[in-house]
Amino acid sequence: MNTAPAAVPAFDVARIRKDFPILGQQVHGKPLVYLDNAATAQKPKAVLDCIAKVYTEDYANVHRGVHTLSQRATELFEGAREKVQRHLNARHSHEIVFTRGTTEAINLVAQSYGRPRFKAGDEILITAMEHHSNIVPWQMLCEQTGAVLKVVPIDRTGTLELDRFEALLSNRTRLLAVAHMSNALGTINPVETLIEQAHRRGVPVLVDGAQAIPHMAVDVQALDCDFYAFSGHKLYGPAGIGILYGKEELLNKMPPYQGGGDMIRRVTFEKTEYNTLPYKFEAGTPSIVDAIALGAAIDYVNGIGMETIAGHEQRLLAYATEQALRIPGLELFGQAAEKGAILSFTLHRIHPHDIGTILDHLGIAIRAGHHCAMPVMDFFGIPATARASFGLYNTFEEVDALIAGIHKVIEVFG
Amino acid sequence: MLDQIRDLYQEVVFDHNRNPRNFRVMEDANRTVEGFNPLCGDRITLYVKIDDAGVIRDVSFQGSGCAISTASASLMTEIVRNMHESEAHALFETFHRIATGKDDAVNLEELGKLAVLAGVRAYPARVKCATLAWHSLEAALENQETTVTTE
Ligand SMILES: Cc1ncc(COP(=O)(O)O)c(C=O)c1O
Repeated sequence: MNTAPAAVPAFDVARIRKDFPILGQQVHGKPLVYLDNAATAQKPKAVLDCIAKVYTEDYANVHRGVHTLSQRATELFEGAREKVQRHLNARHSHEIVFTRGTTEAINLVAQSYGRPRFKAGDEILITAMEHHSNIVPWQMLCEQTGAVLKVVPIDRTGTLELDRFEALLSNRTRLLAVAHMSNALGTINPVETLIEQAHRRGVPVLVDGAQAIPHMAVDVQALDCDFYAFSGHKLYGPAGIGILYGKEELLNKMPPYQGGGDMIRRVTFEKTEYNTLPYKFEAGTPSIVDAIALGAAIDYVNGIGMETIAGHEQRLLAYATEQALRIPGLELFGQAAEKGAILSFTLHRIHPHDIGTILDHLGIAIRAGHHCAMPVMDFFGIPATARASFGLYNTFEEVDALIAGIHKVIEVFG
Repeated sequence: MLDQIRDLYQEVVFDHNRNPRNFRVMEDANRTVEGFNPLCGDRITLYVKIDDAGVIRDVSFQGSGCAISTASASLMTEIVRNMHESEAHALFETFHRIATGKDDAVNLEELGKLAVLAGVRAYPARVKCATLAWHSLEAALENQETTVTTE
């Protein structure tokens, strides 16, 4: 018998792939190579089973019933909130608000934090690499309040220009909203530094963690961010559920975002007393099972370990980058020093759409388009890129398939 | 496997993509329309010269797009020249019906030269690429008040 302490298990990607039933299929007669993880990630059996189990055994509405099922569902739902709290290392579970996704979380902050406070001439600072969902809610807020949107530029490698950031941070800046990781370029922003500098001027910071959350450990207390938003579906969890983390003292000062059931303590026709955190922000019946299954997804990634996942993906990215740069006519967009597992590229005289269609015929799923980051495309003067994005279940063989596929595209287009 | 893809990317498509016809600004166009596919960011500027009798005298385009949208625009400029606008409209209707797969009894002969693009019906995500130029032409022919004149 082997009595020695078990070694840290090596990252066994073949075993991990077995956890994802969807990956076993063929597309156009070829094994599916799923490289569209930045758009949404596939779900492990643990998540699928969790959804089936809760609907089969434990489902009822939450926070409302004295009956057994309702209590069980409530316990699971609140248990999921605590899993999110621990995953983000938030101080309190009531700092975790369930939303529909990143988009709703950002809109919540814009409307509940920004709208009552911001005045004409106030400035909201974002960056040139934001996803539309971290641009448009602020533009809407600017229209409503007269505030002005300011944009920190990026350089040709897709790195944020830090000196410009410092220059743009002014006495009028009321909020910084920044992506932790860019979905179009892969850039990982130095959010810790940005937050520290913003806080020195008393500016609160919202971090859009939609892309970062599946790729790295996030500690909101260490970052000291004021808000952190992410979506369950990119973290191998269900679509339709997302998270807004907010510091208690800020959330307490914010009015509810929507009115309805669950967000109140007492209603008369004269006056309504709002519920406490986080329920104040969770009007109506939430996406109960999706929230619980997000907890299962968090357990799943933690079972592997975020450091282990990050290490595997970084090796994939390094290998893919090295291979891709050898392809004549391939241009890579996003070559920041700190980068997540995203390869955004164009081929000389071949449109990304055509690349996408031909790769699909080889069983390879990538994204072709502007990736909801049109300002990034405009900055580089291109209409679109092809984007391969990696997740914990991708393999070196899949990188090889992608590279061979790109060669095939070039061959077809002659 | 790549044989299938040749249904979509026929040699004619590659040819028009590499050497788009009527790819130029038309200074004396009397209708100019900006076509835009917000899904993929493809843009096209379509220039049309139409006479008082409603006959399309000249069509040209500029812009950037995928092989399907470029070839479709290029082919269209060749096909609709000297057509009456009602004929061009009818051809688009037929093409649209076939491209969107609404027509099971596909009669490619109706399409003439456009038949090379009928392969898009197996690629729902690409139908918009093939029809962008045509939608722009429709706008040029229909919304006379809102189109820009360069006179
Ligand atoms: C950086 C970034 N922010 C925000 C979002 C929006 O997320 P959702 O559509 O899940 O709300 C995405 C999704 O693509 C993203 O990549």
